[in-house]
This record gives sequence, C-alpha cells and structure tokens, in this order.
Amino acid sequence: MTARQITDGLQQEREAALIAAILDGEREKFHDLIRPYERQVYLTALALVKNETEAEDIAQEAILRAYRKLASFRGDAKFSTWLIAITLNEARTRLREEKRAQFDSLDDRSTTTGDYTPAALTDWREIPSEALERQEIRTLMKQAVEELPDAFRQVVVLRDIEELSVNETAEALGISIALVKVRLHRARLLLQKRLAPLLRIELKTKRKKNGILGRLPWF
Amino acid sequence: MVLNCRHVWGHISDYIEGTLDPAVLADVERHLATCEICSAVLDSTRNVIILIADDRVFELPVDYSKRLHARLDFVLANEAPEPVDRGS
Repeated sequence: MTARQITDGLQQEREAALIAAILDGEREKFHDLIRPYERQVYLTALALVKNETEAEDIAQEAILRAYRKLASFRGDAKFSTWLIAITLNEARTRLREEKRAQFDSLDDRSTTTGDYTPAALTDWREIPSEALERQEIRTLMKQAVEELPDAFRQVVVLRDIEELSVNETAEALGISIALVKVRLHRARLLLQKRLAPLLRIELKTKRKKNGILGRLPWF
Repeated sequence: MVLNCRHVWGHISDYIEGTLDPAVLADVERHLATCEICSAVLDSTRNVIILIADDRVFELPVDYSKRLHARLDFVLANEAPEPVDRGS
C-alpha cells in the first residue's frame, strides 16, 4: 500500500465518521467536513464559468446542495469526487439557464482541431516558483488557463491544478480515461506554446530593469 | 525504434504522467538525451504544469471562506439534511 493510499484511507474514515455524526444531528460538523474542499469546489466552478463572482455563487450553492443531499452520499465513491460532481452539475445548470450552451459546443469543436505543436524554445526551461511573486506572471498564467477551450480547461483544472488522478478526473467529468489523457495532452502543449514565449519576453524585460534577475542561473 | 521530434511531442504528457509503456519510454529517453529542443519542450511543459498549480495563480476571492461559512451557519441552524429518497 502506498503512502497516498494510506492517507486517502484515513481521510475517508475521518469523513465517514463526520458524515455519520452530521446525519445523527451534529450538523455543525459539516463545517469541518467541507473545509478541506473549499478551494477545490471554487476552482471547479471557475473552470466552467470563468467569472469569479459567479464561481463563488456556484460554489456556495454546490456546498449547500451537498449538505442537503448528504444522506444520499454512498461511501463507495470518495466524498471529494461526489462533491466535484455536484459542483459541475450546478455550474452546468447555471450555464444552461444562461443559454450559454451554444458557446460550449463551439468550444468543443475546437478540441478536435488546432495546432498542438509546442514552442521549441531552448533558452528557457524552468522558471522558479519565486517568479509567481510577480503579479504580471500570475496574470499571464491565469489567462492562459482561462483561454483554453472549455473541455481542455476542465481537465487541466481537475488534474493539474486540483491534482485529482486521471481516473478521478474521468469519473467527475463523466468521460473516458482515454479522452482525459488526450485532452490533457493537448491542453498542456497549448499552455506550453502560449506561455513559453510570453514568459520569456516578460522575464527578459524584467532582467533589463533588474540586475538581480539577470544573474539568476536559469536565465 | 528511432523517434523524430514530432513523435516525442506526442508522448510528452504521458511521459510527465509516468504512464508510458517501457519500450516507448526507452525510445523517448534515447531521443531526449540527444535532442536539445525536445528536452527543452519537456522541461518547460513540466515547469508550466508546476507553476499553474501554485496556489498564488488562482487565488480565492477575499473573504470567500468567511461568506461561505456564514451562509452555512444559517442553513445548518434551520435545515436538517434531506432524508434519502429510496424511490418506490
């Protein structure tokens, strides 16, 4: 058994005990049950709607729904997977209500075409995470994810940002594991292609302004 | 099998996931050892994946958690979870 499986097992036991207590009347324990997933629920909503206020609203609604439907949660899936599925449903319902479905289908079409050739730049390979202290770098990264076609963005958010496994991502989105892998691959190359040249320019500009960055070994 | 760059790009994501078939993995690694472009593509793709997962890129709205728990407080005080609908 791997360390991850042991941690997951302990977490599932803890959650099962919390759920039993909540259903037994200790309702306030729902705060503890949900706390580790607040960020994940918000990001999942944001992956679909791309609007921060709306994503927060969906996150709240999804979490309230999870509370109301808690008795129907069966322990055969992970609580997090169940919660993500509720969030995705909530977000999709919202999109349908706003009649934005036609945009989704346009985006879907773009997942089968397009150029998935990476940017072949050999003069940068790694940007240290300290670069994220800078607002403009964070904005570039965020925009690149937001501008991915819907189907790609959902997979990247669940797998690479929320760090679900490929299987969990497939289960949450109701698609095959093979499709998750294909979309993930294309999305990652698109991100690399988009970000590599931009970050290079951004960091070169910074180097001219700031001698310290210019002396960093990764540049 | 000797792979060209385009073949290797097709395996980048699975290489990062660690799910490549051992025979393909050996071919990819042989190519990466001698191709500066592909090894740079691999490194930068991996780097991009690490960076976008950083909590600082997608920040939660200010007081998101506070608003969520305040709303929960109200609902928890007034509603019990719904009983299971087992169908009939």
